[in-house]
Amino acid sequence: MTQLGALIKRNCKLFFKDKGMFFTSLITPLILLVLYITFLAKIYRDSFADAIPPGFSISDSVIDGIVGGQLVSSLLAVCCVTVAFCSNLLIVQDKISGARRDLTMSPIKSSTLALGYFVASFGATLIICFVALGACLGYLSFMGWYLSAMDVFLLVLDVVILALFGTALSSLINCNLSTNGQGSAVGTIVSAGYGFICGAYMPISNFGEGLQKVLSFFPGTYGTSLLRNHALRGAYAKLSELGVPEKIIEKIKDGIDCNIYFFGDKVELSAMYGVMVATVVLLILGYVLLCRVRKEKG
Amino acid sequence: MENIIEIKHLHKSFKDVKAVQDLSFCVKRGELFAFLGINGAGKSTTISILCGQLQKDSGKVEVCGENIEEALSSVKRRLGVVFQNSVLDGALTVKDNLQSRAALYGITGQTFHERMSELAKLLDFDDLLNRTVSKLSGGQRRRIDIARALLHKPEILVLDEPTTGLDPQTRKLLWDVVSKLREQENMTVFLTTHYMEEAAEADYVIILDSRKIAAEGTPLMLKNSYASDYIKLYGITGEQVKALNQPYTVIRDGYLISVPDTKSATGLILEHPDLFTDYEIMKGKMDDVFLAVTGKKLTGGDDK
Repeated sequence: MTQLGALIKRNCKLFFKDKGMFFTSLITPLILLVLYITFLAKIYRDSFADAIPPGFSISDSVIDGIVGGQLVSSLLAVCCVTVAFCSNLLIVQDKISGARRDLTMSPIKSSTLALGYFVASFGATLIICFVALGACLGYLSFMGWYLSAMDVFLLVLDVVILALFGTALSSLINCNLSTNGQGSAVGTIVSAGYGFICGAYMPISNFGEGLQKVLSFFPGTYGTSLLRNHALRGAYAKLSELGVPEKIIEKIKDGIDCNIYFFGDKVELSAMYGVMVATVVLLILGYVLLCRVRKEKG
Repeated sequence: MENIIEIKHLHKSFKDVKAVQDLSFCVKRGELFAFLGINGAGKSTTISILCGQLQKDSGKVEVCGENIEEALSSVKRRLGVVFQNSVLDGALTVKDNLQSRAALYGITGQTFHERMSELAKLLDFDDLLNRTVSKLSGGQRRRIDIARALLHKPEILVLDEPTTGLDPQTRKLLWDVVSKLREQENMTVFLTTHYMEEAAEADYVIILDSRKIAAEGTPLMLKNSYASDYIKLYGITGEQVKALNQPYTVIRDGYLISVPDTKSATGLILEHPDLFTDYEIMKGKMDDVFLAVTGKKLTGGDDK
């Protein structure tokens, strides 16, 4: 435990002291914020207004709450994964700097070393994502607060699961990398691409049918949807309270990926949790297996 | 003296490239053992196998009587390694680095602080403890590398080209510390170096060439076997030196005469006592040994 604790402390310190890595991990959420400020907010607002049938008067607070909920869920969805990838790049950096050789010179088990990277990356991701979540909740309270305590709890749970997903995925990928070029390439691809494929930049429902089907195989899609459902549940309840027909609300949910369809079948929230947990377990198993194979190969 | 390291018939290949071929040698407890060879001769591969960082293809490697494959964890506790390049975390302070590494050996709390103070005194880095490693000079960083290797009081210190690029002052400090540790704690030192004057101080030397042992022995044995002796002769004329009938070169104050060995030098002096009134007899250098054995010159990191 002393060894593991020391490794986690070292890895976390290195991540937070390396300003380059720290800010790189926040690039995608920052891009999202810029997109939101420049045009996404307007698109979200207009598409929501179009979905409401004539004759209903919806206050600005509800509209802002829904638009804000979309932003918050998108931001948290990308944050959990990109921060995990960047913090886990330490696996690669240690190989390049030679620190890995030094660490393995000590009587430490390779499993402890691997666990040290995993837990530190997960911890660093959680710290940043919880700060982001706090800021997001503050933003929602300013724009329009419709969340219950349960919604907040579920948002926290979603962040934890997505951070675990990001950490497990990045562990599996990053432990195969050994050069700066490979690390940068993966960092860039994840930063640039993940926002699109998880539906953070644009709802998946806006994509073509074929692409939607492909993306329905990606677990990240369900992570984003979980966050979106919990960030918007209160606002939908308010719409319902205002008399907006369920059919219209379902249409709005379809439009912004609160409802996800797997080959035409609607995926329930419990199933989304199932997909995420199963994916995390599989990725962790894959990581463990890969570490063992590498150890045997020497 | 007991053998602290025993390597027998070690083989290692990377696909078609043979990195080490049938390497066998022993290191005695407490000795300074030098491992010489040009880059690519197989030194680093052997060290990596010895430290358990690379798996061998075949052969036997034992440290303190323990097989590295069966007791790797125990073997690692007996080894301290100073790598060619600094492998500490540049973004962290010296103290953070040492603390994180010490914890990997279970050295924490008061025990760690006491050990760190001892090492800071020994290697003179008390004033560097709170400095970030990336901001240290090469010499300062090397001292911290050595401190890291000594944290857990290893029985064997592996120095992989430890003085390459260092200033003379830090080089002297390093060797003073190594001598002190050998004297006080009977520490065994396994050295690879490109500096022949360092190898000349070793108790036993192995020269690797083309991934095999090309020569081995004490520096004296190697010099006697592979290098000529020299006589520096002063106060004679060119005619007189020619009369000696030995190869020579002109130096500033006299002549440098090459003789096969010390016995021949003695014979020459006895034959011409009138000429040998002011002279020095010198053994050949380790550079000459290396050149004679490998046909290559070893020069501070570059192969020639």
